[in-house]
Amino acid sequence: MNDEIVLEMRGIRKEFPGVLANDDVSLDVRRGEVHALLGENGAGKSTLMNILYGLYKPDAGEVLLRGRPSSFASARDAINAGIGMVHQHFMLIPVMTVAENIVLGIEPHHGLFLDEHGAEQRVRELSERFGLAVDPGALVSEITVGQEQRVEILKALYRNADILVLDEPTAVLTPQEAHELFGIINSLKTDGKSIIFISHKLNEVLEIADRITVLRRGKVIETVDAAGATEASLARAMVGREVLLRVEKAPAQPGDVLLSVEDLRVVDDRGIEKVRGVSFEVRAGEIVGVAGVDGNGQSELIDAIAGLRKTESGSVSIGGRKVTAASAREMLDAGLGHIPEDRQRRGLVLEFSIAENIELHDYARAPVARWGWLFPKKMIALARRLIREFDVRGGGPLTRAGGLSGGNQQKVVAAREIARDPKVLIAAQPTRGLDVGAIEYLHRRLVEERDKGRALLLISLELDEILSLADRILVVYEGEIVGEHTGEVSEEQIGLEMLGGKEKAAA
Amino acid sequence: MSTIDPNSSAPESPEEAASSGTLIASIALKQRAGGIAVPAVTVVVAFLMGGLVVLATGHNPLLAYRDIFDGAGLNWIFHPTTNLVNTAAYNLSQTLLQTTTLILCGLAVAFAFRCGMFNIGGQGQYFVGLFVANWLGVDFAGLNPFLHVLLCIVAGTLAGALWAGIAGFLKATVGAHEVISTIMLNWIAIWVGSWLFGAGGPLQSSANKSLPVSNDIANSAKLPVIWGQQELQGLSIGIFVALAALVVFWVLLNRTTLGYEVRAVGFNPEAAAYGGINVKKNLIRAMAISGAFAGLAGTIDMTGYLYHYGQSDIPFSSVGFLGIAVALLGRNTAVGTGLGALLFGALLFGTTHGLTSNVIQPELAGNLTYIIQGLVVLFIGADVLILYVWNTRKKLRPRRARA
Repeated sequence: MNDEIVLEMRGIRKEFPGVLANDDVSLDVRRGEVHALLGENGAGKSTLMNILYGLYKPDAGEVLLRGRPSSFASARDAINAGIGMVHQHFMLIPVMTVAENIVLGIEPHHGLFLDEHGAEQRVRELSERFGLAVDPGALVSEITVGQEQRVEILKALYRNADILVLDEPTAVLTPQEAHELFGIINSLKTDGKSIIFISHKLNEVLEIADRITVLRRGKVIETVDAAGATEASLARAMVGREVLLRVEKAPAQPGDVLLSVEDLRVVDDRGIEKVRGVSFEVRAGEIVGVAGVDGNGQSELIDAIAGLRKTESGSVSIGGRKVTAASAREMLDAGLGHIPEDRQRRGLVLEFSIAENIELHDYARAPVARWGWLFPKKMIALARRLIREFDVRGGGPLTRAGGLSGGNQQKVVAAREIARDPKVLIAAQPTRGLDVGAIEYLHRRLVEERDKGRALLLISLELDEILSLADRILVVYEGEIVGEHTGEVSEEQIGLEMLGGKEKAAA
Repeated sequence: MSTIDPNSSAPESPEEAASSGTLIASIALKQRAGGIAVPAVTVVVAFLMGGLVVLATGHNPLLAYRDIFDGAGLNWIFHPTTNLVNTAAYNLSQTLLQTTTLILCGLAVAFAFRCGMFNIGGQGQYFVGLFVANWLGVDFAGLNPFLHVLLCIVAGTLAGALWAGIAGFLKATVGAHEVISTIMLNWIAIWVGSWLFGAGGPLQSSANKSLPVSNDIANSAKLPVIWGQQELQGLSIGIFVALAALVVFWVLLNRTTLGYEVRAVGFNPEAAAYGGINVKKNLIRAMAISGAFAGLAGTIDMTGYLYHYGQSDIPFSSVGFLGIAVALLGRNTAVGTGLGALLFGALLFGTTHGLTSNVIQPELAGNLTYIIQGLVVLFIGADVLILYVWNTRKKLRPRRARA
């Protein structure tokens, strides 16, 4: 890294109706530098990058590229100026090959025909130069997510990008894949490319970045060298107050078995067996974490326990009572609480008020109902109490759930499930898409519920979350439990098991 | 969204806002803010376009609309009287007769809508109720009048519920789409009716074997007429039944656990199932309740003023379909359905009599109602499109500013 500044954004301001997304934001990126942009959801990171990429025009401020003021009317202009962007959601065409995707729009050709050989050749050269292992002839539909990301990076490199924006690149990767990505980033750096790394994960920012700019509420809080920063100092800058990063919890004191699953088999909608003979127990006062790459049967397992999907064979008991193949209603009555994976699709009726959502399981019971008759005032009073207890912000009992922020929506779901005093609480991806403040709250709350003697089953794709919360960890791979750990275990060990114990098939 | 609330995250961009539910919030806000404005504008635009059609035939639309207004008896409010010798009073009583039917047919569409289903089968359910009321009204002559009327109403309503319930059952069990199955059930009802009243049919008049028309129902089965005379198609107490149905609709949806389930399933069936609600049961039940409203409409018409029915009447009835426009215009709410029914009731009666050829082309008169009905349905369907254009416009603004 040298001190040559390749990109400078000065005094950027961007306002959307009712929201000041960027307020006098300044940022400079040096040649051969990894510059992290850190901030919570809604801090203004994406807006800033969309301005850089020519998708928005700033209300004030300027962008200087290699010292010259530039403004891009479109993404095409930005690409031509050497800026590449890898979005969180990949934009590849699955039925085309890797090489075809990469050269799309600027294909080398012989007359009217695509020069497939030439295209593959160039792609191969690029991928070897930067250590981006991927087969140019493979169909995109047949490669892994991590490889798709490499294709996106190659796409930018093929267009001669020397400033590369990576938007939350590790969100979709396993720890191993993330590790490989960091290797790629380092080789790009050595080659003199500059990388803007957008993230809200503190540890990875500290690991990969040279400098870190923290955004909060559209403003730059600080730009620091990664060398001098700590997770705690960054979290403070990001949230604006002290944040407990590690969940503080006493050792678990497991009691009676409250949830017991025996040799459970479940098929998905297409009839494919996704849970293949799973057995485990969760005791009162412990959190059991289920780690695994997305799609290895976690969703089907939860649905089967919650009575939302029928089981092929095996049994489920809650509080010693066999409730296999029971309906959702019977499971709820047996003492199951369930914070579902997708709060918007399943956890809430977004068009319902908070009060109505809080009664989603108990709308037909006293005190809010009797003989089929609803008592809205009682509903509102109950909701008001839970809103206070769970610190739900952004509205009262009659506010539509859809109008709340993600964190507050999740608090409504958690409030409902916990207030029912369940014996067993399933928390599936409880903090997905939430920011540091809300995560801290939910984690603390889950540990509190454990200490009250509930049995918690935590399913998460975030290994960090499992490692910091769970007292016992089960690793699932292709519908089977392939590992069980109590006590200290390394992230690498679990990551390896998540991939079926095999050496990464991808690379 | 307040900027001092540390837990609420402001959307970073319109796109993000769109995905985070604030778009849904803004649609809801617009729908609530435009709760009256949007349907009102819809009606005004539909009338303007209907006016253009009148204009194209060489007549003055303002005069035509004035005469329709008068023809519907709505000018009665300027000279209120209960004396039916007064033309306006008579016209109004006839408009209210139509409104009665349309309220119930509108509710039949609205209730299913609130459970996420589109009941196109109001017409068939209406017929089934009407047939059953005719049968019981004729056959049980001599019964205590109160019991006889009650029997007709209960049985006709149940018949409508059962008829629609078939569509609900098919949807819940084999996933047959209710739009298709209710349309099919309409045709079955139409042809069953044709057989019932046709030559030699079970309900055909015993007095005159050559006419494909039923007997009149017994006097004991006729609803008391409160305004006008029974012989002159006076207004029966059916209007109060319809008004009561509006209240029942509101209470059922908003004050009972049944309504809670219906709305939960209508908004988000997956969340409802997760909440422990039996979604299939609700689909069947909501469809049956919808059909009950339409069946009641048929019963009230039969016992309220029709008294008999004929094979040739069947193709001319379209109240079930008008109910769709009524419910859509009323945004599937009780108050909205009531007002929508009044509007279409007035149009229906106002355009079919009393208009002279120097005010409106005679061929156009009755059809103007259907032109306006069509436009209303079209515009309400366009709601979503308008919102879409609105949001796209906002997204494009920053770029357009530069251009």
